[in-house]
Amino acid sequence: MINFNTMAELIQLADEKKLSVHDIVLAREMHTSQRTREALWQEMQRNWQVMKESVERGIVNEEHSLSGLTGGDAKKIYEAREKGYTGAAVMAAAAYAVGIAEVNAVMGRIVACPTAGSCGIVPAAIFAAAQRNKNTDDEIIGALFTASGIGMVIEQNASIAGAAGGCQAECGSAAGMAAGALVELAGGTPRQVGEAVALAIKNLLGLVCDPVAGLVEVPCVKRNGFAAVHSMVAADMVLAGVKSFIPVDEVIEAMDRIGRAIPKSLRETSEAGLAVTKTAKAVEKKIYG
Amino acid sequence: MRGVFDIVGPVMIGPSSSHTAGAVRLGLIAGKILGERAVKAEINLHGSFAQTYRGHGTDKALIAGIMGFSPDDERIRDALQLAAHQGLDYSFQPVHIENAHPNTAVIYLIGITGRVARVRGASIGGGNIMITNIDGYDVELTGQYPALITIHRDRPGVITQVTSILSKYEINVAFMRVSRQSRGEAAMMILETDDVLAEDVLEECRQVYEVENAFSIPAI
Repeated sequence: MINFNTMAELIQLADEKKLSVHDIVLAREMHTSQRTREALWQEMQRNWQVMKESVERGIVNEEHSLSGLTGGDAKKIYEAREKGYTGAAVMAAAAYAVGIAEVNAVMGRIVACPTAGSCGIVPAAIFAAAQRNKNTDDEIIGALFTASGIGMVIEQNASIAGAAGGCQAECGSAAGMAAGALVELAGGTPRQVGEAVALAIKNLLGLVCDPVAGLVEVPCVKRNGFAAVHSMVAADMVLAGVKSFIPVDEVIEAMDRIGRAIPKSLRETSEAGLAVTKTAKAVEKKIYG
Repeated sequence: MRGVFDIVGPVMIGPSSSHTAGAVRLGLIAGKILGERAVKAEINLHGSFAQTYRGHGTDKALIAGIMGFSPDDERIRDALQLAAHQGLDYSFQPVHIENAHPNTAVIYLIGITGRVARVRGASIGGGNIMITNIDGYDVELTGQYPALITIHRDRPGVITQVTSILSKYEINVAFMRVSRQSRGEAAMMILETDDVLAEDVLEECRQVYEVENAFSIPAI
């Protein structure tokens, strides 16, 4: 049976069999779940449908969350996408990601990817990339399987939970997943997929999880926007020929060690960092009394 | 290693997989254990659940689950109004439970015919849950598999009789746990299975002399 535990194994299998990364991820899943390729493909299509709906809702949503901390920013970013330094593609991706995270915060429907707190990054980056590349739906679904395979390796060797590894485990993992997917959508090689994962994660190492009032809102919602853009830059660098000096699996190992070294107060407990700022404490008092 | 849809998925209502999606599943399983429409829900919340339940909509999520909504149902955000409309009376109480998981809920339900159920469980991350106590019996139930639950007298041979019924219907047991209040008294057995449990299987289990009741909970 086809199996992999590291990015190196995943990439080597794809190279040996002259297949794409998503073919290897699918082959493994068919074996472990005992489901057909078609059934798995259809389930991913349903997830993509929900992702698209959350993108479309996000960029027009003006509703604020239960706490009142977030809401309406995606619409502002999207409307200003032609202006500014970065350009429409980057601003649109940021708007999609912030929008999905805002939909999440108002108890809307999203796809956890890999978590609810980081749910905007992968769909936003893929949505923006697919618009630019004019990718087919099948290419997009394939890229989602690639993203998933990357996330599976990260979870196996590090963590995807903020409570265990800080925000690098959530938004960092999502950025790595998105960067790999974007390389595939642009026609890059499996090896380049791995390079993009390395670059994206490396630059978010050490990111802590210190949410204001314990809610998945500040800094999470806007951070989804930044991390989506971050994944696009990682993919672009790799497609330009840049390689990671540290191999991707060693980056993931480093992420695991760093996660363990992050104090508990900065792993989703809201006992330090942004969560204990004067403003955060005042807001917390207002929400919970 | 977990599967593809544990990473890209599940489809859920936000904002938090542990405080919202997991809470819906806790409510769902409590409702299934009650086995009828609930008219009263008294819910104790411990740890992070107690501190942040309003901001995460954990209260709405638990009630939605008790009413049978799935974690991706967009009615979750309106669950408290819908509960009032359906005649489900609810209350939430922050409590401290020694050595409990930070996201623990104890759900006490009264059903329309007067049946009661007390279910304790925790949302353990990523929307996954662990039920740790049902009606005073210590259990370990994840809700990932269909489960057969029996209330029976703690006597030799009961387990064999029940598992041989499952064997007859070619139902494979994935996990199993037996718990009793004291020797020879009432006991509970939970068998998590790979296959769906049909009513005729349950009926046959109820025919076993020592079995007082047998019921099933679908995978949620």
